[in-house]
Amino acid sequence: MMAQVMRRARSARRITAGFRTVEGALWQGAARVAVLLPLAALLFAVTILAIKARPAIIVNGWGFLTRSKFDLGQSYATTVNHIHGVAVPVGASYGAGALIAGTLESSAIAVIIAVPISIGAAFALTERMPRWVSQPLGFFIELLAGVPSVLFGLWGILTLGPFLATHIYPTIANNMPNVPVLDFFRGAAGHGEGLLTTGLVLALMIVPIITATTRDLFSQVPPLPKEGGEALGMTDWEVARRVTLPWVRSGIIGATVLGLGRAIGETIAVAIVSGSLLASVAPNAYGTFGTLAAAIVTQLDSASTDGTGFAVSTLAELGLILAVISVGVNLAARLVIKRSTRLGAPVGRAT
Amino acid sequence: MSSQALPGTGRRRFVTAGFRVGTYLSLLLIMGPVVWLLAGIIARAVPHFSWSVLTHPTTGESGGLENAIIGTLLLMAGVLVLAGGIGILAGLHLAEYAKPRKSGKESGGILRTASDVLSGFPSIVLGYVGYVALVLGLHWNFSLLAAWIILSVMVIPYIAKSTETALRQVPTAYREGAEALGMPSGYALRKVTLKTAAPGIVTGLLLALAIAGGETAPLIYTAGAFADSPVSVSLTHHPVPYLTFLVYGFYTLPENASHYLAYDAALVLVVLVLVLLVAARLIVNRTQKHSEARRG
Repeated sequence: MMAQVMRRARSARRITAGFRTVEGALWQGAARVAVLLPLAALLFAVTILAIKARPAIIVNGWGFLTRSKFDLGQSYATTVNHIHGVAVPVGASYGAGALIAGTLESSAIAVIIAVPISIGAAFALTERMPRWVSQPLGFFIELLAGVPSVLFGLWGILTLGPFLATHIYPTIANNMPNVPVLDFFRGAAGHGEGLLTTGLVLALMIVPIITATTRDLFSQVPPLPKEGGEALGMTDWEVARRVTLPWVRSGIIGATVLGLGRAIGETIAVAIVSGSLLASVAPNAYGTFGTLAAAIVTQLDSASTDGTGFAVSTLAELGLILAVISVGVNLAARLVIKRSTRLGAPVGRAT
Repeated sequence: MSSQALPGTGRRRFVTAGFRVGTYLSLLLIMGPVVWLLAGIIARAVPHFSWSVLTHPTTGESGGLENAIIGTLLLMAGVLVLAGGIGILAGLHLAEYAKPRKSGKESGGILRTASDVLSGFPSIVLGYVGYVALVLGLHWNFSLLAAWIILSVMVIPYIAKSTETALRQVPTAYREGAEALGMPSGYALRKVTLKTAAPGIVTGLLLALAIAGGETAPLIYTAGAFADSPVSVSLTHHPVPYLTFLVYGFYTLPENASHYLAYDAALVLVVLVLVLLVAARLIVNRTQKHSEARRG
């Protein structure tokens, strides 16, 4: 390395003095411009959304957040209503209540399933296996992160959904006790597309994020506290629960919320597997439903037929709500992660 | 802890055994579906696959994948240049030029936050913005340029992050050595710092390409949703065919020939992503081996 560096230094001296003095400034200038672009893109996107959504926000009002309705009105309307100065086709009426609920329900199911499995798998990978086994397995899970989401959707609708609907869901639906919360899993088992299938597919999509982060966190826990626990006679489970997990708790929370953000924003897989309804929530765990992201991708085409542009504007409002939710979730995750790096080791505190 | 507070040994043994089984079960619950998913896609495609699919364009609702493959590669090439250049420079700024704040805060401040927020921004919303602002607003119609810009905006934060991480792992001694030898700052950056960080940067680029090649939602309203359009190198006014739309748009069509084409496209996508990720992994492994050998 040293000889190389010296050779390079010598040849550097041969470069014309002009370029030599300019090059550093060039790099710095280009880097300074480039780093501004994400901020500019973000501001641009939010501005466009806000401008586009403004008429919809004015007309739809606050009720938009709770109403469940998606009616474009008369598409070849000769009569156009003017509400607060905004042209709206006769009969057009929108509400995002069902879409917001569907987005939150499906992502919640995904997180509830993915988090314990990811943590368990991360334990198996870091604490139980030799490196030559855990490394290929870890790569396999990382591979999952690169699989295009449309393939998750295809698999969910053609393979997983029908399998669950014929072999698993009827059994669960028939045997669930009729008590609050659990009765959500009773009733018609459906045909495979719907809330629970979507939640499962989303869970599989966010598992790599949570597993990879948790695995890295576990491998950063120093061995001494763990060995200390073992020396005190703690079992594997007790070391995991009392030492390892508390040590990385906030990191895991951060990874979980990042996964939640991904599930909330996921579009194409959900559009395929959810059934893409627009104005109704799933009656039970197997019912079809819709999410904000799926509604935007499936409706933009037909919304463009609305000559007044009000339907496209309403989709911008959906996009704005989706952006606010996922950006909020993301910022919360980063806040948690940031705070966790400032905290000391939690071992030794009373729990 | 006094001895009588300890739970019974039998129960502890039982819980621990349950925990051990649980960890393996979790791993199985992840591995099982991964194998199932990949095998399912391969099993659907292989029985009807013929190599001629790769050399014939899509015509109507059947035919081959030639134009979609070229379109996807064209999209990835543009992202490589556009997002690669900007992302690496942005990462360079965050790692080398942004001044660290006092009180031990991370450097970069609002610029880093913007990049983080953008990486969590829903891709379909970016697609909508591209449709409204570029496709309609600037009258580009469905086009290569609109798709490049939206895909690049999506992956720039990702490339910036991996570049920054790679640059931060370059030992300070290398930078100091270069400076001590009297290298001009820009030259030292190019020949010492960036060169040492190159494997990490390239790995990030490959992963970003895998993301870009596998995206669907932001492309439908920027690149267009026309599977049988010919590939055109004009930047605007020509829709771009791409593989993920063939999967999304064709699996619901009535004819079997369309389904087979969708499955073939899925298979090509799996192979494409596999190649990119394995290449990335090989680069990581090789450089890790080198650095360990050097230390030893």
